[in-house]
Amino acid sequence: MQYQEKIIEKTLLLIALSSILILALITFFIFEEGIPLILKVGLKAFLLGEKWIPSKGLFGIFPMIVSSFWVTIGALLLGIPLGLACTIFLSELIPPSVGTLFRPAIQLLAAIPSVIYGFWGLIVLVPLIRNHLGGPGLSILAGSLVLGFMILPTIITISEDALKALPPSYKAGALALGATHWQTIWRVLIPAARSGIVASVILGMGRAIGETMAMIMILGNAVKLPASFFDSARTLTTNIGIEMGYASGGHRQALFATGIVLFFIIMALNTLAVFLSKRRAH
Amino acid sequence: MIINRSRYLTQAIAKILIWMGALSTIAVMILILFQILREGLPVLHLSFFLESPKEMGREGGIFSAIVGTAALTLVAIVVGAPLGIGTAIFLREYTRESRISRMIRFGTDCLAGVPSIIFGLFGFVFFVIRLNMGWSILSGGLTLTAMILPTVISTAEESIKAIPYSYREVSYSLGGTKWQTVTRVVLPNALPGIFTGILLSVGRSIGETAAVILTAGSSLVMPTSLFSPIRTMSVHFYILAREGISMKMAYGTGAALILFVLIINVMAQWLINRYIRHRT
Repeated sequence: MQYQEKIIEKTLLLIALSSILILALITFFIFEEGIPLILKVGLKAFLLGEKWIPSKGLFGIFPMIVSSFWVTIGALLLGIPLGLACTIFLSELIPPSVGTLFRPAIQLLAAIPSVIYGFWGLIVLVPLIRNHLGGPGLSILAGSLVLGFMILPTIITISEDALKALPPSYKAGALALGATHWQTIWRVLIPAARSGIVASVILGMGRAIGETMAMIMILGNAVKLPASFFDSARTLTTNIGIEMGYASGGHRQALFATGIVLFFIIMALNTLAVFLSKRRAH
Repeated sequence: MIINRSRYLTQAIAKILIWMGALSTIAVMILILFQILREGLPVLHLSFFLESPKEMGREGGIFSAIVGTAALTLVAIVVGAPLGIGTAIFLREYTRESRISRMIRFGTDCLAGVPSIIFGLFGFVFFVIRLNMGWSILSGGLTLTAMILPTVISTAEESIKAIPYSYREVSYSLGGTKWQTVTRVVLPNALPGIFTGILLSVGRSIGETAAVILTAGSSLVMPTSLFSPIRTMSVHFYILAREGISMKMAYGTGAALILFVLIINVMAQWLINRYIRHRT
């Protein structure tokens, strides 16, 4: 019996290590495929090069890095205020009758496949932007608007948890001192939950940088440094998604190398978010 | 008094803005679903679900894509569920906060943040090329397993955590071993929560495109084995829309996709409300 229990415990430990194993495998294989190309082209030429012409062996991803950040910043400009509004609404203002509908609706927002968002952006937002604001329509603006919505569930669920984790005495104390409900929310609760809210925004940022299919459909896929929000663009993810289907040899390696850069950005953001939510716990 | 009035005015304005933000979020979501369903629902006849695509998807239905999606999801769940539930049991029942549990949690958190295109690259080089499984149900399913693992783990952990400690004490006091306690007391009580996590993972698998297109391929032929390449509904939808093959069929497939995801999500929400909120 004792012996059997030991075996079970060890088996469970092995199973529990599977997610670390998967993470290690992902890291290993992406790097193994991508690093040779970075070494051949040179890190600086790869990261800061402005020309991406695979047939000529030119692999510079600088325009894509810049575009990724433009799209992400655009998404945050929409996602942060809207996400915060929804969070405050959910945790402080919501009447119970609306609550039973609103919360599942936010969950649904997370469940809608990204291709659906992309398709909607393509058939509704893109023509709207092209007809009323000019430019090709397939643009960073359209991408940002769609992404702003896609990252809402991440921002809302995590920052709501942060608000929920606050001791009830914070709110009671502020109200007892004569603060209005709004002053309590804005001057006490939000600042107290700050690190959790920032963590939620960082995770939302990771989600935005990592989104692929919707962006392929909306951004218009132009490999150049964006000059305005109305320009077409190609991000790190769409670079991989568009060309992976037919790439081979050095070209394919370059796409894996693009993946490495993406992986580094995401890991940095994740680590920062984990660190911030730890600080909240102490 | 003026100060007093102004802070109530601020409060009123702030609350109105927040109501507007929250309601417009929901309004946009409904608009997205409505605009696709309005064009797509009329396409959804029974034959659309039961006929395979013809002429690249211009004619016929989406039967082979539904079969492909189901097979892929099944592989992902059959492999992912035991791994995820096992991890949750280990984290909750077999270890306290320790270096190893912190490591596992960090790994899971990181995995949860990895973008799907990276999973796709990994699945492509590891399963498709190195393990020589080709573009197949198996390659795609195993790649999805890696993607859904964090969801399965965290929901299973939450529901195991919600079980009162006294349940376990009763089992121990009756002479139950740890494993008996886990299998006969903890797991049965955690089942609704675990099932919710699995449903959410099914939803994610159905909707995933980037990782699947790189690992399971985009073949419209009906699969015959685990090593057959397939095209899932999401991938079919994406290809129809992006390559402009048929907007009518794209709307139809999109509507079907939304309906499937909607049904699964409503079921998951119902489970959460019925079994989990009540206990905690």
